[in-house]
Amino acid sequence: MDEGKGNRWLTPEGASGLKLISPPLIFAVLMLAAPLATMAIFSVLTDGYLTILPILTLQNYIDTWSDVIYRSIMFRSLMVAVSVTAATVILAYPVAYFVSFHVAQDKKSLWLFLITIPFWTSYLIRVFMWKVILGYNGVINSGLKALHIIDQPLGWLNYNVGAMVLTLAHAYAPFAILPIFVSLEKIERALLEAGQDLGESRFLTFWRVTLPLSMPGVIAAVLIVFIPTIGDYVTPNLIGGGKIPMIANAIEKLMLKADNKPLGSAIAISAMIIVGVVSLLFLFLNRRFMRGQR
Amino acid sequence: MIAFRGVQKYYGDYHALRGITATINGGEFFSLLGPSGCGKTTLLRTVAGFEDISGGQVLIDGKDMAGVPPNDRPTNMVFQSYAIFPHLTVEQNVGFGLRKDPRSKDEKTREVDKTLALVGLTGFGKRAAHALSGGQRQRVALARALILKPKVLLLDEPLSALDKKIREQMQMELIKLQREVGITFVLVTHDQEEALVMSDRIAVMFDGEIAQLDEPERLYRKPASQRVANFIGTMNFLPARVLSGSAMVEVDVQGLGRVSLDAGQVSGAAIGGMPVVGFRPETLTILFEGQAPADREAMATVEEVVYYGDMTYYDVKIDGTDQQLRLSMRNVFGRPVLDIGARARVAWAPGALVLFR
Amino acid sequence: MKFPVLKTYTVAYLIFLYAPIILLPIFAFNDSKVIAFPLQGFTTNWFKTMWADEQLFHALKNSLIVSVSTAILSTSLGIFAARATTGYAFPGKGAAAGLIMLPMVLPEMIMSMSMLVVFLAIGLPLSIFTIILGHVLVCTPFAVAILTSAFQSLDKSLEEAAMDLGEGPVSTFYRVILPLVMPGIVSAMLICFTISLDEFIIAFFLGGTETTLSVYIFGQFRFPAKVPSIMALGTILVCLSILLLTTAEYFRRRGLARTGGKDTGGFL
Repeated sequence: MDEGKGNRWLTPEGASGLKLISPPLIFAVLMLAAPLATMAIFSVLTDGYLTILPILTLQNYIDTWSDVIYRSIMFRSLMVAVSVTAATVILAYPVAYFVSFHVAQDKKSLWLFLITIPFWTSYLIRVFMWKVILGYNGVINSGLKALHIIDQPLGWLNYNVGAMVLTLAHAYAPFAILPIFVSLEKIERALLEAGQDLGESRFLTFWRVTLPLSMPGVIAAVLIVFIPTIGDYVTPNLIGGGKIPMIANAIEKLMLKADNKPLGSAIAISAMIIVGVVSLLFLFLNRRFMRGQR
Repeated sequence: MIAFRGVQKYYGDYHALRGITATINGGEFFSLLGPSGCGKTTLLRTVAGFEDISGGQVLIDGKDMAGVPPNDRPTNMVFQSYAIFPHLTVEQNVGFGLRKDPRSKDEKTREVDKTLALVGLTGFGKRAAHALSGGQRQRVALARALILKPKVLLLDEPLSALDKKIREQMQMELIKLQREVGITFVLVTHDQEEALVMSDRIAVMFDGEIAQLDEPERLYRKPASQRVANFIGTMNFLPARVLSGSAMVEVDVQGLGRVSLDAGQVSGAAIGGMPVVGFRPETLTILFEGQAPADREAMATVEEVVYYGDMTYYDVKIDGTDQQLRLSMRNVFGRPVLDIGARARVAWAPGALVLFR
Repeated sequence: MKFPVLKTYTVAYLIFLYAPIILLPIFAFNDSKVIAFPLQGFTTNWFKTMWADEQLFHALKNSLIVSVSTAILSTSLGIFAARATTGYAFPGKGAAAGLIMLPMVLPEMIMSMSMLVVFLAIGLPLSIFTIILGHVLVCTPFAVAILTSAFQSLDKSLEEAAMDLGEGPVSTFYRVILPLVMPGIVSAMLICFTISLDEFIIAFFLGGTETTLSVYIFGQFRFPAKVPSIMALGTILVCLSILLLTTAEYFRRRGLARTGGKDTGGFL
């Protein structure tokens, strides 16, 4: 009997695959897709007293992007995220390079392990430690005083954007090192030897060969650091003293304390849009890099 | 033992098997030979039960295998990657399929030892699977399959991952093993030398179809088409014009002149439809100084010399022809090897020609 | 001899990374209510104070329940997803995988808020259960990543070989697949447990009145008197995390040794 070309829509294998993926998929739909969709819907509705009025409006988005307060919060979050990303990725690159090129193969996972251990400790505690280190009577100040280097504590260490950037850069360092390391590992060492064989200096080889080939890793690092940083809550809360809010703090205030869910949703969705745009931009850059290497 | 009746297989729109009809006899060493993508592995897997067929029938021992899963078929397979379970020892691997066997533990252990001896791995029982060399892994895979006493052993390119010397050694061992065990072996390979050495019969496949199914010698001497001829060993071709035909066919061969061929020398299709005659390198001989003139001779210029130690291959161009022909000569002690550019008399045998058109 | 610039830089970088954490035990044993230099002497009082706080134990109990549940649930969901994506082709596979992995690239704040909004809207009370839901959402992508790598390194012929030798799909899973992905499963569970244990945002916003360890710690930050106890707690947590991680790494290496795989450097 002739089956012909078979069922093209759903093979038995396809059906099994779908059945297998349905538990995590359904969970993701219920816990992620549905709530995000709900928030998107809320963002175009109107805020009522203790309720949400089913009146479609774009006012929330207009407020988000035009109101001075929210605009400055968004802008600050963006600036902090960009600074953190730049600092983290640039500082991380030499470390990744070191482990990839200057460490014996069998020691590499040990070094990586050592680098990632701090990451596995509580983020809260680490942020708190920075508060303690940078504080007016904190570790640095008291240490410098005890060593008689200064008389009065340095007031500029804490409660400002710089402190936040430092804390976040510390927290996300391993996130940046790992993807860069992975892409450096993938570079065929023979390519670099060929470059030098053809007369290039070591620096030029790095600049013309290694760096471009590691770009996918760098771009991944940028995204991995940028995205959570822009939505961070704890650091602005603790290090900023509550006076330098970022997007996450604004959302909390609006959703919970002010009970303005539509506006809070609009800010959240706007943040997601910023994140999405930046991600797409970098993914596009990544594609161009990859294509340029064919 | 195994019968294919019009077997069809589609992967979506891709027609992988186009109506395979053939029979594999019990106790024979059978090979499926062909280039990559010809469907030989697919066909093997339909016997094993890992591929469903879109049409036709596959029968083992007369029984239709439609709907029968691999674990219920009287076949066992040696995979191309050997698929040795890395978390088990050699013994545990070989004894893997005996789990449902009702015999006692001691009996099973003895059976495992016996099979290990059969494949030459006595004493390897406790070795960890991941610590084996390629050749050893292959023996474990063989033992693991043979211990279940299948009616058919299926081998998917078992030697392709091995070094040359080990491959040649294993070829001999597989032949011996098959004779000892006595069951049907079906081997898939793209290496025509391998197939010629080991098989009782070979099915040459191109593009999902069987081009020729024959014993090695017939396959070599009388290929069914120019494509098969090209695939098996080396064959020389010269364009020919067919002058007349019926019982005896008159052809005019470029550079060689007129020849009469009998019906047995007429074969199948030529590539591109232009008639050619083919002849194997060993059917040409260089006549050295002082040798008597041959029945049919031609003058040629030596263009390349490839020295192999026991053989020398000469690429020559016969006067009046456009292409190089390869000619093989056994090196005789004391006889010189010709230089490039030398002129030589080449003897050829009319009875060795095969016509394709 | 060239000056090892890169190595020096890396070591300095590591010092920067470890600095806050090294300070923890220093000040945990420091006999002073203030976290500052100079050090005042050795004491274990802070550990005793920390231990005496009942709220801590309540939070700890909650944390353990949450994290163990999360580890088990996330890993289970991860097994389904990894098996489906590595072994089968089906329509919508890319989109499904993308959705499941999406939490890895979304800020936690946004996910928490959107879940909170829905829970409040449907009247689901905030409790340990809602925390677990949030944590499973966030940890599953990590489990999927680890398990996908484990499943991918499985030779597909191994399953076929098992079937060829007489096993059905279920017994093949138990005899062949499970033992070989077990290191991945253990890794995934340990990682999910650790992530869940340290997680703050979801626990804070979706826990209602229930606290986990992180939420408890956050609450303690307001009280300067409690700060040294937090140092003590932090020290213990850091040691615990390191222990868990070392165990996970040990299992990973052992798994590799058993199956003869190659070391590609960790959970990458």
